[in-house]
Amino acid sequence: MRHIISILLENEAGALSRVAGLFSARAYNIESLTVAPTEDESMSRMTLVTSGSDDVIEQITKQLNKLIEVVKVVDLSEASHIERELMLVKVRATGKDREEMKRMSDIFRGRIIDVTESTYTIELTGTGAKLDAFVEALDKSVILETVRTGASGIGRGERVLRA
Amino acid sequence: MADRQLSGAEIVIRCLQEEGVDVVFGYPGGAVLFIYDELFKQDKVKHVLVRHEQGAAHAADGYSRASNKVGVCLVTSGPGVTNAVTGIATAHMDSIPMVILSGQVSTGYIGQDAFQECDAVGITRPCVKHNFLVKDVHDLAPTIKKAFHIARTGRPGPVLVDIPKDVTIATCRFEYPGAVAMRSYNPVVKGHPGQIKKAAQLLLEAKRPVFYTGGGVILSDASAQLIKLIRMLGVPCTSTLMGLGGFPGTDPLFLGMLGMHGTYEANMAMQHCDVLLAVGARFDDRVIGNPSHFGQVPRKIVHIDIDPSSIAKRVKVDVPIVGNVREVLEDLIRVIEASREKPDIKALESWWSQIGLWRSKDCLRYDRASSIIKPQWVLEKLYEITKGDAFITSDVGQHQMWTAQFYKFNKPKRWVNSGGLGTMGFGLPAAMGVQFANPGATVVCVTGESSIQMCLQELSTCKQYRLPIKIVNLNNRYMGMVRQWQQFFHGNRYSESYMNALPDFVKLAEGYGHSGLRIEKPEDVERALRQALSRRDELVFMDFITDQTENVYPMVPGGKGITEMILAEEL
Repeated sequence: MRHIISILLENEAGALSRVAGLFSARAYNIESLTVAPTEDESMSRMTLVTSGSDDVIEQITKQLNKLIEVVKVVDLSEASHIERELMLVKVRATGKDREEMKRMSDIFRGRIIDVTESTYTIELTGTGAKLDAFVEALDKSVILETVRTGASGIGRGERVLRA
Repeated sequence: MADRQLSGAEIVIRCLQEEGVDVVFGYPGGAVLFIYDELFKQDKVKHVLVRHEQGAAHAADGYSRASNKVGVCLVTSGPGVTNAVTGIATAHMDSIPMVILSGQVSTGYIGQDAFQECDAVGITRPCVKHNFLVKDVHDLAPTIKKAFHIARTGRPGPVLVDIPKDVTIATCRFEYPGAVAMRSYNPVVKGHPGQIKKAAQLLLEAKRPVFYTGGGVILSDASAQLIKLIRMLGVPCTSTLMGLGGFPGTDPLFLGMLGMHGTYEANMAMQHCDVLLAVGARFDDRVIGNPSHFGQVPRKIVHIDIDPSSIAKRVKVDVPIVGNVREVLEDLIRVIEASREKPDIKALESWWSQIGLWRSKDCLRYDRASSIIKPQWVLEKLYEITKGDAFITSDVGQHQMWTAQFYKFNKPKRWVNSGGLGTMGFGLPAAMGVQFANPGATVVCVTGESSIQMCLQELSTCKQYRLPIKIVNLNNRYMGMVRQWQQFFHGNRYSESYMNALPDFVKLAEGYGHSGLRIEKPEDVERALRQALSRRDELVFMDFITDQTENVYPMVPGGKGITEMILAEEL
């Protein structure tokens, strides 16, 4: 089953490779991983999407907690949470496609953030499924490139992850 | 004086002095020359020059295992640290507290593929508890303080501190931090009181209880508490390879080691108990065999471990207790003493009579009348002569298993071997560390002709420091355990497990300035051992020419259940 795990860790050189190394050493999956410093610059917040049986997820959270630089770990999927991912898509926008691309972007509440005579770059935010749906909806031949950040997640309401 | 600027190299030495380190095992090189220069100028920290960095790491590890101190080793950059990796990984797998100081090229050269540069922090990351690269001399003392703190607290382990050469030259004011506060590292010590009550209840109601104890008992110094609790309840106890000595090997309540080469009674009791108390042990593959076979039988499992990730990793447990083994056992004893309930004596009696039947299989018996030396015979004699009181190190293979089976360890920290990683070559350098931690004590390295050749160069170190280690070489001219598996599982095809062109070990020992004995007949075994052990001041290398075909029994084949044992009588 898919799990989205939030990790608060010391913002130190090498901390990211300890997390990544743990996953490869123990043969756990990483579907996506995103990390940046928090409002307290001494700490980073990482969101990691993985999948596995309940036993595997339990081991993953325990092993993450064991890393010396990890301050806190929470499996966001255990309770209600919100997740968002950002995608940038560069598409061919010429002829009749130009109007069609604009329309598709509007339908998915995307924003066109770069325009040339022949291309649009569309910014789209949402759950992974929404981004998938957008890519699905486009004619493959018009897509020039896509960049996705991987999911970021946060608990709903009073559910807070702090040191 | 307090405001005097010290160089990084001086700071390293001052930190070691502050930590009470009396001996460092190491090997010099370009990146650590300034540290060696400071070592030279003082006499509080003794440096032991090994002959290969793997030896330095194993010696520091052995020192730690046979004392209550953190072993320290010092190596140079590049090949210095890569050579130490096997030793670091060995310590990591067995949770041994150790600090490794490695030199690094100067900060400006890092990443330039400089001479003797390697990414020490990257290479060691998967085999240390934690590691650090110190880029600023101001961070040096706090980092070394943290390294010792992390190494010895929680589930112990090796910590590496990588120190670039320019950091050893740079200066700053030295102040050794008094305490360490880390928001991201606060290991749990006390067990949860509710869980401890549940455990006590289960133990008191048990009809067929077993204690299964591991290295955590030794590491947390919990032997006294374990003995008290077991005797209070009158329950049988079995131990892993790493836990031997935690409970006295000669006690009638002790079933011997369990697992792949465990005793029949230990493995049977493990499978058929109704309440299992696992103490500082981790249900690994060499211990419980196939986890689904183990799980076929319903039983309640209480698991005490300081590392939450050891709990429910391979086996589901009913009462997990995270905490320091000694503290949890103390609490458990208090709760049981305060309880009005008493163990079910009747049920225990019938459980013990069942165990008596299993014991009567006499699963460790071997041919004592053999005209060729049986390795088991050598170990039985060694046990008798040393009265079970020697420090024994071993290498890896058949001799290691026979030592675990036949040497009755009555005290903790007397048995020093590479359990998790299974590192051939560990025994001799580890014995050096053990001897430094216990000057004057009898230290015996039980090894085989294949293992001993993996760190043989340390015979030279033993000479330099006059270490009177006794080497028991069980020489069967085979990588015995490899040969045994090939006999059982590969149709007697002894692929590359025979060692041709073995050295004359007696001459070899003499070449290094030691004494050597070759023993070829069973009737000479005892005399040779007595003679060697009576030479208090010198290393004696005993080369026992043993039976080539002897196997370790019982044996649970890999992937099988722990009761699916091959016994000697079945062949």
